[in-house]
Amino acid sequence: MNTILDFLGSDHRACDDLFASAESAIAQKNWDGARTLFDQFQAAMSHHLTMEETVLFPAFEARTGNTVGPTQVMRMEHEQMRGLMQDMAGAVAAGDRNAYLGLSETLNMLMQQHNLKEENMLYPMSDQVLSGNRDDLIRSMQAVA
Amino acid sequence: MSTQAGLSFEQAPPFSLPLQFFLSAPLFLLAAALLIVLDPASLASRWTPQALALTHALTLGFLAMAMLGALMQMLPVVAGSPLPRPRAVAWLAQVPLALGTLSLMAGFLAAEPIAFGIAVALLGVGFAVFLAAAAVSLVRATGNVTVWGMRLAVLSLLLTFMLGLALALMRAGTWIPPASAAALAAHLAFGLLGWVLLLVVGVAFQVVPMFQITPPYPPPLGRWLTPGLFVLLLIHAAAPALPARVATLVEAGLAAGILLFAVTTLALQARRRRKLPDVTLDFWRLGMASLIASVTVWTVAQFSPAWADSDAYTLLLAVLFIGGFGVSVVNGMLYKIVPFLAWFHLQAQLQARAGSIPTMKDMIAEGRTRWQFRFHLTACGLLTVGLFWPLLVRTGGLMLALSALLLQINLLSALRRFYRHGGRFI
Repeated sequence: MNTILDFLGSDHRACDDLFASAESAIAQKNWDGARTLFDQFQAAMSHHLTMEETVLFPAFEARTGNTVGPTQVMRMEHEQMRGLMQDMAGAVAAGDRNAYLGLSETLNMLMQQHNLKEENMLYPMSDQVLSGNRDDLIRSMQAVA
Repeated sequence: MSTQAGLSFEQAPPFSLPLQFFLSAPLFLLAAALLIVLDPASLASRWTPQALALTHALTLGFLAMAMLGALMQMLPVVAGSPLPRPRAVAWLAQVPLALGTLSLMAGFLAAEPIAFGIAVALLGVGFAVFLAAAAVSLVRATGNVTVWGMRLAVLSLLLTFMLGLALALMRAGTWIPPASAAALAAHLAFGLLGWVLLLVVGVAFQVVPMFQITPPYPPPLGRWLTPGLFVLLLIHAAAPALPARVATLVEAGLAAGILLFAVTTLALQARRRRKLPDVTLDFWRLGMASLIASVTVWTVAQFSPAWADSDAYTLLLAVLFIGGFGVSVVNGMLYKIVPFLAWFHLQAQLQARAGSIPTMKDMIAEGRTRWQFRFHLTACGLLTVGLFWPLLVRTGGLMLALSALLLQINLLSALRRFYRHGGRFI
């Protein structure tokens, strides 16, 4: 079975890929394609954030007894991302290219520095402290709708 | 890996602390440019007082200033380990670094021993404080390729300072070090190829793929490049004691490593998923092209001893490496870091819904960053050609001054937006 780092890290790459595809469609004002790609991106992100918030973070918090540490910061940044994505959805609906590109540049920086923290610290730490039930955790995350 | 280290990655330092570094850096770039404008003959030789003063304005005042601010910001993100006591460290490092750089410039320009003494004391305090804090943070950090780059870069900075200290004491007339030519060569190598290059390489491994969404650097390159370059630098420092052939081989190894890094970076950027125009990307590409040009110039010198011994050779390497590579990359990074931090802190302070505050792109007008890039590019071009055609040097200096001024205006415009939307510098 994979590590948490492999599993969630490769999901980051998949989200990045959809992010880049949606942004490039919008930059070219290909609105039909953009709407589909943006919906896919938003769904993939929402799935990723939910897997972390409902499975990984609670397990990490229970194991380390720490609910105000790294997971709290990660949850806060998730909310910042959701806020940006909500506005991006508005920009897609309004067909506002410039508004979207300003928001997507901001989201990319936020998302990438967030991913660095997770992939450099939180996931390896989780693999370490949750090594006993890692396979179950990954299965639970895969089961998240 | 220590679990404790990772637990402290929550807090980015207060906005005002890295800003203190970022906003003083362009002023030193401007000072360097003005020295060129006032006396274009500064660049006639690497040993003119003006050339030495402006080199240190660039390396200490601009590059080190901005890089220390960026390290302070990046340590929690890439290493999970913030600097301890950030507020005290920022003040006790930034103020002495700024004043120490000014004293050092005055020391060179006025050939004044007291100024060298003051510079040594101030820079000693500034670097001691920052290096001690960085050491604490980097020792407890989670090891990864970027952390290793940072560790070796910070170690190189320490060596650069120690060697610089010996050279300054010599200038102040208080002490004659036993091997001043070797000390000077090592000071240059650890400062430029150690501190500046290794930090950029280590940071590039993380930020190049993230800004434009490119494939990652090949893992073996990440693992071996920074330690490999550092080992070569250590051997290089001992070069005077080694056969000339070994010294040349070591230099060839360094040149190959630099070339590999620059070519790989350009190749990854060519495969980027985000194809939108981006001024930071342009600065990085100019930086990588300048590295390749530096290696080319070094290669030519291996076959032409007359060229290798000329003043123009050393000056050309300096313009390409410091101006074309170092200044470009740092300048480009400032255009990502400052607007992002302005957005991030504004959002966090106001708990604002994203749509109600400016985005990163609204923080600095894109057209003005592009003009600044053009001024910088023109300055690099004119100063390079100016080494062979001195008539162009003053215009090159003028372009550099315009570039520095516009950089400062652009950074300030981000802060004005931040403040007008209710952000507070805490």
